[in-house]
Amino acid sequence: MKSLEDLKKMRESALKKVEMREGGKTYRIVVGMATCGIAAGARPVLNRLVEETAKNDYDCLVTQTGCIGMCTYEPIVEVYDKDGNHTTYVHVDPHRAVRILQEHVGQGHVIEKFTVEAARKAEGNV
Amino acid sequence: MMEDIAMHILEILMNSIKAGASLIILRITDSLDQDVIKIEIIDDGKGMSEEMAAKAADPFTTSRTTRKIGLGLSFMKGLAETCNGTFKIDSQLGVGTTVTATVQKLNIDTPELGDIGEILMESIQSNGDIDYEFDYITDVNAFHFDTKMIRETLDGVSLLLPEILLWIKDYINQGIEQAKEEDTQ
Ligand SMILES: Nc1ncnc2c1ncn2[C@@H]1O[C@H](COP(=O)(O)OP(=O)(O)O)[C@@H](O)[C@H]1O
Ligand SMILES: [Mg+2]
Repeated sequence: MKSLEDLKKMRESALKKVEMREGGKTYRIVVGMATCGIAAGARPVLNRLVEETAKNDYDCLVTQTGCIGMCTYEPIVEVYDKDGNHTTYVHVDPHRAVRILQEHVGQGHVIEKFTVEAARKAEGNV
Repeated sequence: MMEDIAMHILEILMNSIKAGASLIILRITDSLDQDVIKIEIIDDGKGMSEEMAAKAADPFTTSRTTRKIGLGLSFMKGLAETCNGTFKIDSQLGVGTTVTATVQKLNIDTPELGDIGEILMESIQSNGDIDYEFDYITDVNAFHFDTKMIRETLDGVSLLLPEILLWIKDYINQGIEQAKEEDTQ
């Protein structure tokens, strides 16, 4: 049962988390949610990211953006790490989304084979 | 993609977001007695001229530049017509827009309501500055949700934290389920 009381508890733990964060920085995940992204299946990806992040308490924010300008690579998920490094993951499905959270956000390892660079290389247009 | 009622509502909510609304109200009246599901989406966005409102549900009307057809309103209108219902747009420039659709509840063509919690979560997430009110009203019960109240309780902590967004989705769906249960008792 969800109750409004839960919100007070979530507020407390959110404030605690902010206090404990080194340098106040956190991971940020951005999902392309323009028409092209949605048509390619960005909605279930977004929803899975929010759910998994909440359930596993990853230190990470999940946000939406418009068209990233690479429609053929949608769904696109961009990850910004705590140092501002930026990785673009392409053709992301809910399964890949979970792995990105586990390996990149959870352990700090970029999953090279899911990146736009790998996709371009596979297509031969580097 | 466009199977359930929630997906249609999401398109209309996205229109309200695009129109610069600061408050969006979604009201679903789900009445077994009257055999009707009524959906109202009310925003205080930029509104439309009378001329625009009159043709907005025509698929060839869109202010988009990225594609030539606009589908949100025309699909919603099509859904209402298929399901023995009604469709109406009331809009005033500078004031806002109200989209009202009804469908017959016990009609073989009427799809499932779908995941209302999820589409509201998604809309809230797309722009953290917009406030939402949601009402789900059955013959005997009502559930009310209001982001203003949530913000007050959170007192400075963002609505957009994943755990809060997920809570919102679950809380809304729980509220709908409870209102439905009491309706059938
Ligand atoms: N809530 C609203 N406020 C202002 N204008 C709106 C609203 N909803 C729809 N419109 C106008 O009607 C047009 C058609 O809407 P829609 O059928 O959803 O197609 P699309 O969003 O793809 O253009 C929009 O482009 C917009 O100009
Ligand atoms: Mg639209």
